[in-house]
Amino acid sequence: MSVITIAELKNGSLKKISKELVSAGRKLQDQVTAILINGTEQHSQELFQAGADNVVKIDGKEYSAEAWANIITAVAKEKSAKVILIPHSILGKDYAGRVAIQLGANIIADVVEIKGNIESIQVKKPIYSGKAFANIQVPTPIVVTIRPNTQELIENYQGPKNLEVKVIDEGNVKAKLTNIQQVEAGKIQLTEASIIVSGGRGIKGPENWPVLQALADVLGAALGASRAAVDAGWIDHSHQVGQTGKTVSPNLYIACGISGAIQHLAGMGSSKIIVAINKDPDANIFKVATYGVVDDLFKVVPAMTEEIKKLYGIS
Amino acid sequence: MKIAVLIKQVPDTETQISAKISGNKINESGIKWIVSPFDEHALEEALRIREKHKAEVVAISLGPDRVQEAIRTAYAFGVDKGLHIRDTSYNTLDIFYTANVLAAVLKKENPDVILTGHIAIDSQSSMVPAMIAQILGIPNINNAIKVEIQNSKVKVTREIEGGIADVETELPVVITATKKLNEPKYPTLKGILAAKKKNIEVIEVDTLGLNIPRIQIISIEPPPPRPPGRIIDGETPEAKAKELVRLLREEAKVI
Ligand SMILES: Cc1cc2nc3c(=O)[nH]c(=O)nc-3n(C[C@H](O)[C@H](O)[C@H](O)COP(=O)(O)OP(=O)(O)OC[C@H]3O[C@@H](n4cnc5c(N)ncnc54)[C@H](O)[C@@H]3O)c2cc1C
Repeated sequence: MSVITIAELKNGSLKKISKELVSAGRKLQDQVTAILINGTEQHSQELFQAGADNVVKIDGKEYSAEAWANIITAVAKEKSAKVILIPHSILGKDYAGRVAIQLGANIIADVVEIKGNIESIQVKKPIYSGKAFANIQVPTPIVVTIRPNTQELIENYQGPKNLEVKVIDEGNVKAKLTNIQQVEAGKIQLTEASIIVSGGRGIKGPENWPVLQALADVLGAALGASRAAVDAGWIDHSHQVGQTGKTVSPNLYIACGISGAIQHLAGMGSSKIIVAINKDPDANIFKVATYGVVDDLFKVVPAMTEEIKKLYGIS
Repeated sequence: MKIAVLIKQVPDTETQISAKISGNKINESGIKWIVSPFDEHALEEALRIREKHKAEVVAISLGPDRVQEAIRTAYAFGVDKGLHIRDTSYNTLDIFYTANVLAAVLKKENPDVILTGHIAIDSQSSMVPAMIAQILGIPNINNAIKVEIQNSKVKVTREIEGGIADVETELPVVITATKKLNEPKYPTLKGILAAKKKNIEVIEVDTLGLNIPRIQIISIEPPPPRPPGRIIDGETPEAKAKELVRLLREEAKVI
C-alpha cells in the first residue's frame, strides 16, 4: 500500500506543488512514491528531500491526458496505491479524472487540506469559489487533486531513497498534439504564483500595466486582473482572477485599483496576505485586506517598487 | 452529426453562501439559479457548429426538478432537445457519481461531440469531462479557445500553462470551453417565451441501473474569518508605501 504523488515540471524545474504533494503524502503515514515523468536525477533528489521514499522516473513521454493517465494508473496498480495525489493544475485537471475512472476510485478535486491515513481520509475543499468550504470523509482508494500553495513543505526528509527507472507503454493515444506556442514562456503561472500583483479598472488603461509589471518584476510576482480590466480588453482573460476567472491562493495578493466585487473576492479571498491600494476608503476590498492603503495607485505602486528595490539591493 | 452539451445549474454569482449553510448542505431557499457561465460558451459553440454542419444539439442536465430551468435557458439559446436526468439526491461534489451517470446517458445518446464548460463555478472541480471521456473511451481536449470540425476530424486550439497548443483527433470527442472560445449570443424575449413551451425529456436516474459508491460530506463551513485589516497611515503616498513594505517584510514576512 502506498501514497502516490505526481510531479510536474515547468521550464525544466520541478514545480513547487510537486514537492508540496510529497510533503502532504507524508502526513498520511505511509510509503510515499512520487512519479516523475521526463525529470532528472536532480528532480528526484528534491522529491526525496520533501518527503518521498520512492521515485519512479519515467522518461521520454510526450504529454497527453491519455498517456499520462495510463502511465500513472499502471504505477498505481503496481504499488497497490490507496491515495493518489495530483496537482490541481491545468495538466492535473486534464488527466486526474481518467486515473480515477481507470482505478475505479472516487475523486475529490481542488483540495486545500488533507488528513487521516491510508484507509480513510478527510479532506477540505473550497466550494462556490471559496465562499464556503466542505469537509468530506472518503474511503480509499481515492484520487485527490491539491491546490498549489496550500501544503506545508518538509525541508529535509531523511527516509529511504529508492529510485526506480521504468519504461511504461503509454498505450494508444487518440488526441495528438500538433503544435505548441509558448506565449508567456518563463512567466510565473497565476494559479501557482506565491505573489500576485493585480490590477482593476483603477489602472485606467492598458498603457499603465508597466506600472504594475515593474512591481511584479521586483517581487517575482505574476500579474492578475479583475474582470472589468479583462472585459475592457486591457489584458488577456487568462489573467482574470475571480469566480469566472482563476482561483488563486498566493502568500501575497496586491490588489491595485480593484473595488472588491463578490465575484473578485471569490477568486482571491483565500490569499494569505491581501494588500489593497484604492483611492476610495469605502471600497469593499478593504473588508478583506490585511493592509490597506487609501491613496492613488499611480503614486503608491511606483514608490513600493523603489522601496523594494532598495530592500533587495536592486538598482 | 449530434452534439451533446452538458449544462450545470449553479447559484448565481452574487449569492452570499455563508448565510445559507445548514449542516452539510446549502439551504436553497431564495437562491437564484443560473447556468454555470462557462457552459454558456459550450452552448454557443454547439450552435455555431450546427450552423456550419448539419447537427442536432441536445442539452443535458443532471439534478432535481429545478434544473429544468437551466434546460429552458438552453432551449432559449436554441438547442433542439432538452434532456433532464432527474435525481433528487444530487450532490454537487460527487463527481465520480456525476461522471458515471452522465456517461451512461451519453452512451445511449451517442453524440459525436460532447461540449461543456471547463469548470463549474460551484463544485470547481474541472474533472467530470475527462472522466466521461475515459468511461466512453474517447479523447478529451480541455480549455478550448478554438474548435474546427472537418468530416470526422476535429482540430482544437487549447490553453496550456503559459501558452496555447493545437491538438487533433477523430470524433467522438469531449471538449471543454473557456471564456475565450466565443461570445455567447444571449436569448431574445421571443426565444425565452418559445422555450417555455418546449418538451423536456426526463430520465429518472434510478432507471439507469447504476450502483456507484457515493461520498459523504460531513460539514460545510464558512471561510475562516480574516483577521481584521489595518489601514496604513502616512503623510504622503511615498511614506505609506515605505511603511507597507516594512510591514510586509517584518510583520507578514511575505517579501
Ligand atoms: C456572472 C459574473 C461573473 C463575474 N466574474 C468576475 C470575476 O471572475 N472576476 C472579477 O474580477 N469580476 C467578476 N465579475 C465582475 C464584478 O462584478 C465587478 O464588476 C468587477 O470585479 C469590477 O472590477 P474592478 O474592481 O476592477 O472595477 P471597479 O468596480 O470599477 O473598481 C475600480 C476601483 O478602482 C479604484 N480606483 C480608480 N482609480 C484609482 C487610482 N488612481 N488609484 C487607486 N484606486 C483607484 C476605484 O476607487 C474603484 O474601487 C463578474 C460579474 C458577473 C455578473
